[in-house]
Amino acid sequence: MKYSASGRKGIGRIALMAVAAGMLLPVIAASADQGQAPAKDSRRSGFEFMGASTQAMQVNEALNPGMLWVKDGEALWGKAVGKSQLSCAACHGDAAVSMRGVAARYPSFDEGLKRPIGLSQRIKLCRVNKQQAEPLRAESQELLSLEAYIAYQSRGMPLAPPADARLKPFIASGLQRFQQRMGQLDLSCAQCHAERAGQRLGSSLIPQAHPTGYPVYRLEWQGVGSLQRRLRGCMSGVRAEPFAYDAQELAELELYLAVRAAGMKMEGVGVRP
Amino acid sequence: MASTVINVPANARRGEVIEIRTLIRHTMETGFRPGADGRIQPRDIIQRFSCRYNGEQVFGAELFSAVAANPYIAFHTVATESGTLSFHWEGDNGFSQTETAKITVID
Repeated sequence: MKYSASGRKGIGRIALMAVAAGMLLPVIAASADQGQAPAKDSRRSGFEFMGASTQAMQVNEALNPGMLWVKDGEALWGKAVGKSQLSCAACHGDAAVSMRGVAARYPSFDEGLKRPIGLSQRIKLCRVNKQQAEPLRAESQELLSLEAYIAYQSRGMPLAPPADARLKPFIASGLQRFQQRMGQLDLSCAQCHAERAGQRLGSSLIPQAHPTGYPVYRLEWQGVGSLQRRLRGCMSGVRAEPFAYDAQELAELELYLAVRAAGMKMEGVGVRP
Repeated sequence: MASTVINVPANARRGEVIEIRTLIRHTMETGFRPGADGRIQPRDIIQRFSCRYNGEQVFGAELFSAVAANPYIAFHTVATESGTLSFHWEGDNGFSQTETAKITVID
């Protein structure tokens, strides 16, 4: 067979393969269909990689255990603390109004530290500087509850990382970190979550690592945890020394992930297996 | 006080079967797991749950170590009359919590 156009060559191959293995035909046809619409967003939230029952658990607020943290966060929002005896509500008012869409814009640039910080670190700074209260420990239930309550106010909104020119170098180093091999297993984030997303690691599906649902209620953790905890978990998984909580490296990674997932729907508080 | 999420329909027709869903924040520490220091962490679980409808028990459950953290319990009952549903959880270390919800029955 002689074909001059490469497209026709492709068709010839498909026909041959279909003859050789009839069962493969639907798969090939499906991928050809996708090829016709290249503009379609191929990004998938971790939500779409879960089973139906876990999805129902996230969507239904009566079932989502993360709502327990949201409820605690709501109580903490109105509680006066520290030397200032100010509550979050004393300055920010009704969270349903003032915090709508806020979680979708983090990490953002901090004037004081001259670098991007995540939502949890913003809460911690506010607590120490403005409320003059004792600092909250990373991953403490109080901090996670407040973070969950604020994230919940952005549920369903698109992730919108700020278009701040000062963030550009940090996004670049976040991308570099995403592609950097690390640990004894010598693996980068990208090798699993970009190149092998949708395949399996042991029995579990590898998601595309979009930070849409954080903080999440993870069934494995039997509780709510932050994106930083998740990142650190992956790092110890590849036997690397995890970055400390609130380290600049983690903020850069979080920032890059937010830019990579820009426009995807916020699901907080999500549920993940 | 542990936080709870309780889902009861506010209104129901007399004789209607209604679904009640409850969620409570609790660690449900099994009593079999070693902690960071290598010692077995003492058991801390909810042992009993009950639901009373105007004082009469309509549902009860016994929980054990195998139940996951933040137990979710859903069950059905028949809406007989307007009144109060009270939910009671009790367990290790003197854990005891009661929550109530109102229901209006219409003919």
